[in-house]
Amino acid sequence: MLAMNYRGPQRVRIDEKPEPKILHPQDAIVRVTRSCICGSDLHLYNGNVPDTRVGMTFGHEFIGEVTEIGSEVQKLKVGDMVIVPFNIACGKCHFCKQGLFGNCHESNSQATAVGGIFGYSHTAGGYDGGQAEYVRVPYADVGPTVIPPGMDPDDAVLLTDVVPTGYQAAEMGGIQKGDTVVIFGAGPIGIMAARCSWLFGAGRVIVIDKLEYRLEFVRNYANCEAYNYEEMDDPVVFVKKTTDWMGADVCIDAVGAEASGNLMQTITGRKLLLQAGSATAVHWAVNSLKKGGILSIVGVYGPTDNLVPIGNVVNKGITIRANQASVKRLLPKLIDHVQNGVINPKPLITHRVPLEDVADAYHIFSEKLDNCIKPVLIPPSAR
Amino acid sequence: MENKTPKDYSHIKNWGIDADPKNDPTYPMKHRTDAEQEGYSWDRPTQQDINIEVLHSNERPNVTAVFGTSMPPSGLSGMIRRFAFKHSENSYLHWLPLLMADRVNVVEGVIEDFAGGKVPNIFAEKGWKADWEHNRSGLIQKVGVLALVTTAAVVLLTRKKD
Repeated sequence: MLAMNYRGPQRVRIDEKPEPKILHPQDAIVRVTRSCICGSDLHLYNGNVPDTRVGMTFGHEFIGEVTEIGSEVQKLKVGDMVIVPFNIACGKCHFCKQGLFGNCHESNSQATAVGGIFGYSHTAGGYDGGQAEYVRVPYADVGPTVIPPGMDPDDAVLLTDVVPTGYQAAEMGGIQKGDTVVIFGAGPIGIMAARCSWLFGAGRVIVIDKLEYRLEFVRNYANCEAYNYEEMDDPVVFVKKTTDWMGADVCIDAVGAEASGNLMQTITGRKLLLQAGSATAVHWAVNSLKKGGILSIVGVYGPTDNLVPIGNVVNKGITIRANQASVKRLLPKLIDHVQNGVINPKPLITHRVPLEDVADAYHIFSEKLDNCIKPVLIPPSAR
Repeated sequence: MENKTPKDYSHIKNWGIDADPKNDPTYPMKHRTDAEQEGYSWDRPTQQDINIEVLHSNERPNVTAVFGTSMPPSGLSGMIRRFAFKHSENSYLHWLPLLMADRVNVVEGVIEDFAGGKVPNIFAEKGWKADWEHNRSGLIQKVGVLALVTTAAVVLLTRKKD
């Protein structure tokens, strides 16, 4: 089968690989019909996540058709079209039982700090991902959800990560009616978090980024305010001024390790890898918050350390909430929201690229070429 | 679910008098059961056959019931990874060697390509075709700088000493 093949920082290609096999009675094999490149894939692509092995296939946002099931699988059958959450969850451990499907304790041997994730390095379990024609899906009765009849596959593929992560970013913000929510990052997650913040009753939603085309998009898509930090002397002073010198009630970090905007963070976090990525968004968020405010982090960072103003967290009484999205927990509600038109994910997809051109797709997304917001890879059998 | 109290604290005066189960900042991300207070006690899923080398964190006692089988450790990078996994996720001796192993693995990948008779097409792998289509001036600038640096290096290295 064709599969993306990681060869080193900023080097990927398409190769022939053996088709995956059932290795566990609860496995399924899925023929991929859509697979996105996620902003967090760029951390892998840039070589910033430890234990990213050459030869691995990335991709944790995919949908497809079940072609084979293991002997213990009861809820799926061959031919089902499924949404596959990016987290691999057993459904049995104490954490899954409490709804923490992103923190499963039976899916990642290599690290206890994160559950298994498809195609996301050995630090997230060493599973090959969905940027391929076929993928092995463990615990097939737990995560995968049959796509409702009539749902657009472009909407469905964004329910694997983008929509739940954006929604949970707003949910973790504990937004109360009338709250001012400031979101750092106008990528797909930031855009979705802006849209979802209104669902929780936000009074004002402000998105900050530096890419004009994305700011224009989020302004229209999420009916929010959007500002370019490169046109500000200081984004924190900007937030203070625009909130009558109080600060935001809720800040959301929807950027993660690839953040720009602070030279020291960029050099130490992205160039020298002395930090687990650049923590610029967290830094700005902590300092932009009102005293007693809430910081919600969904931006992805590496497993080591970051320079953040923790003293200000203490002195301002800030509550920090963060997690990988619990996709399985949120899917029923979010499928309803998509079907009822409350959330319309499809417009986020700007590029539909043949799987064979995966290297170009990564480069376009990484360098923000051609006004790219979200690229989706389409294997030959789905075209 | 109501919080469980695993032990009898009756000997501690006023134990828990101000407890407020509704003051749970983790809700709704976590539907609290406190089952983890019972330790690693759940009915584990069937264990996937362990017929490849799987490195596991020393912060857990075992390999998880399922695991990924992509690219088991091998070669020099594999030796470095095995060293890294002797140290916990709390230690730089875990993460920094893993980053080093990743870089060594890149060189191993190039050697493996050549050994298999494949010459890696670095330009295609870096997606420069997309640059040609969407960022032509940037690509020309990049190639120009690369050519200048290479020329300067060659001149410096081949310069005859007076």
